[in-house]
Amino acid sequence: MGRIQLEEVTVHADTADGDLLVLDTTTVDLTERRIALVGPNGSGKSTLARLVNGLVEPSAGRVLVDGLDVVDDGPAVRRRVGFVFTDPSAQLVMPTALEDVALSLRRTHRDKTARRAAAQLVLERFGLGDLGDRSVHALSGGQRQLLALAGVLATDPDVLVADEPTTLLDLRNARLVGDLLLGLEQQLVLVTHDLELAARCERALMVDGGRVVADGPAADVVAHYRATA
Amino acid sequence: MTTLPLGAYRPGRTWLHRLPAGAKLLALLVTAVVVTVVRGPLSAVGFVVLATALVAWSGAPLRRTLRSLRGFALVAVALTAYQAWTRGWAPAVETVGDLLGMILLATVLTTTTAVDDLIDVITWALGPLRRLGVDPARVGLAFSLMIRALPTTLEIALQTRDAARARGLGRSPRALLVPMVVRVVANARATGDALHARGLGDD
Repeated sequence: MGRIQLEEVTVHADTADGDLLVLDTTTVDLTERRIALVGPNGSGKSTLARLVNGLVEPSAGRVLVDGLDVVDDGPAVRRRVGFVFTDPSAQLVMPTALEDVALSLRRTHRDKTARRAAAQLVLERFGLGDLGDRSVHALSGGQRQLLALAGVLATDPDVLVADEPTTLLDLRNARLVGDLLLGLEQQLVLVTHDLELAARCERALMVDGGRVVADGPAADVVAHYRATA
Repeated sequence: MTTLPLGAYRPGRTWLHRLPAGAKLLALLVTAVVVTVVRGPLSAVGFVVLATALVAWSGAPLRRTLRSLRGFALVAVALTAYQAWTRGWAPAVETVGDLLGMILLATVLTTTTAVDDLIDVITWALGPLRRLGVDPARVGLAFSLMIRALPTTLEIALQTRDAARARGLGRSPRALLVPMVVRVVANARATGDALHARGLGDD
């Protein structure tokens, strides 16, 4: 399993009201397979997750993924770390489902026929095999999120960061996507408000006010969050 | 949901679908030059008829295609009036006919060609410019994003209109335009984040 290290990481953001401290001197070492990040809205958990992929750069400190610095070795880190967003619509950049997955495979499959065949296999793995030629705008919310996942996992990253991937889904699709995420071979960093899902992880971190205020076995941290929320 | 035909690939087995993407792009380019050079309203009308026939042949839903041209109709009316006033009816018909025909031909291109194929052609065609610092893969990706942005922007516009109507502000241009622009920019930023996260453009 991979290793994600945050070493005394601080993140500031420029806002209309001035400088805002989003994450305060945070040090964590993540080696478990399934890690949940929980906490209230605006607590800094999404920022923490985005640090892992280099979407957010630390104002101070450093973030390492398997020893690679996310700032200095950005492209290499992004090849290892996939990212799934809350709203899949922004993540799907091609007109059809097959083309979107094929886009992810351009780096590894130069031949067009092989690329499309590989993309079709990925779609079938996610139960979307019949929807390859469907416009991404014509897919349901659940199908879009599954497609976003398929597009990211097509490149077989070592780590998957998912930022509230079930928030916009109905109960059935939320369960489907949640089960799929927890069953992945990849190391998973899951930002979620679904505490049942979080409790099924091995480790959880509760973030509040830009600090990690609880860290340990997921069931314990979730219980702590429920008690203090 | 209503979507613009431009950007909506419809798989099919017509001759137009089987034609290589490069040939179709080249044909579009040559046609644009020819219709600019050839003068007269009759040729423009003939061009529109031919382009409409190709749209029908491509498998694009004709009714939806015509519906999506309502936006262009507003421009066409203003353009026709201006051209007729300044240059006469024949140049007005020619100008608007040529524009309409090119829009229809572009629809044929995107209806019968997978964006993946277009990216391949653009990447190949721009290959020689690598020496000048151009990244063909990045230009190809930008091209696909441009096509994708059309239905996305329309979707945002319709959602914004519905939200304004729900608040009784359906006739307020400010209630429509300001949130729409904000949302389109937010969507562009989110798309940028998603591309960055997928490592697209890193190479």
